[in-house]
Amino acid sequence: MTELMPAEGVFSLIWLLIALPLAGATVLLVGGRRTNAWGPYLAILTVATSAVLGIAMLVSMMGHSAEERSIGQTLYSWVFVGGFQADMAFQLDQLSIVFVLLITIVGTLIHVYSLGYMAHDANKRKFFGYLNLFVAAMLLLVLANNYLLMYVGWEGVGLASYLLIGFWLHKPSAAAAAKKAFVINRIGDVGLGLAIMLMFATFGSVTFGPVFGAAGEASEGTLTAIGLLLLLAACGKSAQFPLQAWLLDAMEGPTPVSALIHAATMVTAGVYLIVRSNVIFTAAEWAAVAVIIIGLITMWMGAVIGSAKDDVKKALAGSTMSQIGYMVTAAGLGPIGYVFAIFHLLTHGVFKAGLFLGAGSVMHGMNDNVNMRRFGALRTVMAITAGTFIVCYLTIIGIPPLSAFFSKDDIIHASFERSPVIGILAMLAAGLTGFYMTRLVAMTFFGKARWEDDAHPHESPKVMTIPLVILAIGAAFLGMSLVYWGNIETWLEPVTGLQEVPLPLPSWVYETVTLALVLIGAAIAWTMYARREVPVEAPHGSWLTRAARNELYGNEVNDALVVRPVYHSSRWLVWFDNKGVDGIVNGSAAFVGGLSGRLRRYQTGFARSYALSMVGGAVLVVLALFLVRVS
Amino acid sequence: MNPSSYIVLSAILFSIGAIGVLVRRNAIIVFMSVELMLNAANLAFVAFARMNGNLDGQVVAFFVMVVAAAEVVVGLAIIVTIFRTRRSASIDEPNLLKY
Repeated sequence: MTELMPAEGVFSLIWLLIALPLAGATVLLVGGRRTNAWGPYLAILTVATSAVLGIAMLVSMMGHSAEERSIGQTLYSWVFVGGFQADMAFQLDQLSIVFVLLITIVGTLIHVYSLGYMAHDANKRKFFGYLNLFVAAMLLLVLANNYLLMYVGWEGVGLASYLLIGFWLHKPSAAAAAKKAFVINRIGDVGLGLAIMLMFATFGSVTFGPVFGAAGEASEGTLTAIGLLLLLAACGKSAQFPLQAWLLDAMEGPTPVSALIHAATMVTAGVYLIVRSNVIFTAAEWAAVAVIIIGLITMWMGAVIGSAKDDVKKALAGSTMSQIGYMVTAAGLGPIGYVFAIFHLLTHGVFKAGLFLGAGSVMHGMNDNVNMRRFGALRTVMAITAGTFIVCYLTIIGIPPLSAFFSKDDIIHASFERSPVIGILAMLAAGLTGFYMTRLVAMTFFGKARWEDDAHPHESPKVMTIPLVILAIGAAFLGMSLVYWGNIETWLEPVTGLQEVPLPLPSWVYETVTLALVLIGAAIAWTMYARREVPVEAPHGSWLTRAARNELYGNEVNDALVVRPVYHSSRWLVWFDNKGVDGIVNGSAAFVGGLSGRLRRYQTGFARSYALSMVGGAVLVVLALFLVRVS
Repeated sequence: MNPSSYIVLSAILFSIGAIGVLVRRNAIIVFMSVELMLNAANLAFVAFARMNGNLDGQVVAFFVMVVAAAEVVVGLAIIVTIFRTRRSASIDEPNLLKY
């Protein structure tokens, strides 16, 4: 663990990265309707300024040597109780800076896009306030130098996610989805809370430096427990199996929210958590294996769900789950995978934001319809949206030399370095990615028009298409520039470590096989959904299709395993409370009441009867005294 | 000195007083019976004081007399007031203070 350097020069403004969007959120949410006119522009300005600051910091950081790139800034002592100390302190290192840039730059583009997307919404100002709140919380999450402060950011993004999923709260489905996301996230948050407590109990600190420094001394059992609790937290936030059910419902929120929170940044917080805690996972082997298993399961679940959904946003959400499954798998591989998890996270953040915003642009032109069976042939009417979407599509399926070709292949390589089973599963999932993404693109932009009668699709305004173009360019070239120019592996190595294991076959073999699988998947999808007629009503489908449409029965499983048992036991508890506990309390009260009703009959009002009882009592006392004396 | 005859007399007086309180209805008679019981107790106190040769019992007897005098003042005042309102000195009639 390298020592943190003091924050000097541009780094003395680390706090401002968070403070700017936070101030924007405060002004917009507290200022109320007075800020309606200029509020959204202020929101964009704060995030854009943070982005500029972030870029300046990256440039300044690149001027330092690798050992001097971890910068710490302590604002004040936040919690100081006995032996427990947590400061309001930030750590900006090679890992956090890439997150800062992802959050602020993609965040800025999505803010600008929202200007067009939410133009006619009465609550536009509130929307931008929440978005700013989200950006501030997310930056706090990645910049905190201790787990407690990170927890604040962690809860903050959860809150912002809740508020934004339920933004159209007049729709019951949106309100329910927001509640569902919040409740399922709570389960993960409990994991993080317990992990923090366990860390304090074991290491006496919750600050990154001391915890990671002392991790080697703790017993493996403790480390495994901490690792599994952190994994639970990551599962909740990143929609990994078994806490995945909320993400698909979260698509009820406005599309920019889906792009920013539920694709590019917040759902990747779990991956950040695992990679940030890499010291713990490297030491706790079984926790890392659990991470791989969860990642693989989710990778496949997401891909299968994405292959069957007709709702364009839910299909993309399935894809997000699957791609985050890739990242989590990579993060579980240990030092051979951490770097690639973050690499894929960055490229995914850009191209998935582009895909979601593209889907939003399509919905914008189609009266907010999301049913892909009612799309088709849209490339003819929305050329820019279609063009950018197809660039992002080619990126996600991993066509060389676009971004995901590098990032996903790196993960597949790393998987093979660990075990051929993981590698083959990851490789086949890449083929499935080719299938579901081609299906999505074919149903939306190609084939015959199946529009509803009142739909008049049109291209979106420039304020929406320009961010799309920027994201598409980023999606295409980010991977290449990070590999050849940015050299992401050596950049992240001081934080995450890096290890390479030689493979039995040359790397081009894996790349070719993966690409072949992707093309096969894409070809199958193309024949099924572009060459053939797509029915407007969904056909009955095979059992697998039906299961995938029902999100692989994730909700039903939750219902059967958690909701119904809890419901029934609470019903039983209510019964027990009413009859049992209340019965004892009310019964004893009734008993005392009845008894006193009888006893008060002895208050006759006749003075002489009182005197008689006094005499009787005195006689009894005297008799008792005699008895005592005798015996 | 053998106090037994004094104690027996005290017990007899006390019993007469107690029975008087229990069986008589006239408040004045009941009051006198109460005085009789107090004085039976006084007799016992004085007898024991004499037997033990110290003054403790006699001191208590004086206290009892003072308290009894005060009690007579209050008690008689109450009885007279009750007699004025109800034209009767029976203690069975004022029985409003009950359940």
